[in-house]
Amino acid sequence: MRVKVDPDKCEGHNRCCALAPELFDVDDYGTATALNDGIVPAELEEKAKLAVQNCPEYAIEFVNE
Amino acid sequence: MGTNPPVNDWSSDYDIFDEDYVRDPSPVWEELRTKCPIAHTERWGGSWMPTKYADLQAFARMVPALSSKNVLVVSQKREEIEFDPVLAEYGAAVPPITSDPPEHVPMRRLLLPLFTPKATEAHRPFTEALCHKLIDRFIDNGACDAALDYAVHIPAKTIAHVIGVDEERTDEFVGWIRGVLEEGNTDLEKRNKYNRILRQFFGELVDERKVEPQDDLISHLLAQEINGQPVARKAVIGMCNLLLVAGIDTTWSSIGSALLHFAIHPDHRRRLTREPDLFPLAIEEMLRVYAPVTMARQVTEEVHTGGVTFKPGDKILMNFPAANLDPEAFEDADKVILDREKNRHIAFGIGPHRCAGSNLARMEMDVALRVWFERIPEFELMDPDAVTWAGGQVRGPRNLPFRFPSPA
Repeated sequence: MRVKVDPDKCEGHNRCCALAPELFDVDDYGTATALNDGIVPAELEEKAKLAVQNCPEYAIEFVNE
Repeated sequence: MGTNPPVNDWSSDYDIFDEDYVRDPSPVWEELRTKCPIAHTERWGGSWMPTKYADLQAFARMVPALSSKNVLVVSQKREEIEFDPVLAEYGAAVPPITSDPPEHVPMRRLLLPLFTPKATEAHRPFTEALCHKLIDRFIDNGACDAALDYAVHIPAKTIAHVIGVDEERTDEFVGWIRGVLEEGNTDLEKRNKYNRILRQFFGELVDERKVEPQDDLISHLLAQEINGQPVARKAVIGMCNLLLVAGIDTTWSSIGSALLHFAIHPDHRRRLTREPDLFPLAIEEMLRVYAPVTMARQVTEEVHTGGVTFKPGDKILMNFPAANLDPEAFEDADKVILDREKNRHIAFGIGPHRCAGSNLARMEMDVALRVWFERIPEFELMDPDAVTWAGGQVRGPRNLPFRFPSPA
């Protein structure tokens, strides 16, 4: 499973980092990026789903391999 | 501002200052979402009010057709505005909330680094110590006003601390802000009076820091540049004004609403006490259901949407709180589900003007509630009729008479 943040849609709500700090980080302007190239280890799949489902900007997607 | 006759038809004549509406607007919103999703009124200068999540999402991104030059839910018509030399000197702008492109992003980027999760976490110890001190003052009484003795002081003193203004003067600051945002909603002379006071206060501070910089936020802003140019004095004053005003009434309201909810829902209160890991999700649910802020936009280009036409000059109320209760966006939208999994609420707005202070607001709510629950896990509302509500731009409870078992 991989996730991706669209930087043009991200407005820095920070829900993704709050719900899945192991998977996302924010820069000084609040823009989020997926860590580790977006790769989601099996044990963090539920957290990844929460991050996707709670972004009000719909900025996070699952990427098909 | 004249008499306030009762509303017969909320679709064409809504009144956001109607007493029952202010106390609980959700039944009106429920009716409007099906009957008239973009309602209109001539009251209070006239405006449109969308209540559906999808519409708010769309309107927040219609930049600059829906301009932020005026974000007040009630504003004076140009003809009615008397020339005020003090306000004319400083201008009405409070960037970046009143900014459109191309000014918006550069102004916003001056503030964003000050409100990252890491930056706001650095203020947590201050806020925690403050919450304990506040509770120490009344815990032996077995009673308090949770709004005036607790909730109001938390964002006021925290933002004063962040900006670097005198924390001992926060009661005064709260008075000014309520003058602008609460009484000033409809009493425009009062709003101008307190706007003048705020501008002059920050004008003096900015001038002092320009001459003698300190290690504080104002000095930091004065040292910034946009495209190689220093930030204008007026802009720094406006920004500081915004930080003080934006951070107090709003978070006060959300802390108060949350405490009120838990005071009248013992099952939720006890669950949160048993399962403190739920605090982060519970706070998001409180933000969804009791979102305090309605912003506004001013139409600059004709917009055809949902069978209505917005004309240049029209005011659009950005009713984020109504969007948060839209059953088309949220399952069981009218239920408070403490551990709600899917919660894309827009209490902090959506799109380019997402509240820059949202991380600070969340930290303050988290600390305010955790410390309260740690010290006073059992509490109840003494008199439901004594709860008064402020409405308009910011909606929240202003009196919360609570009683609780005292530790003595």
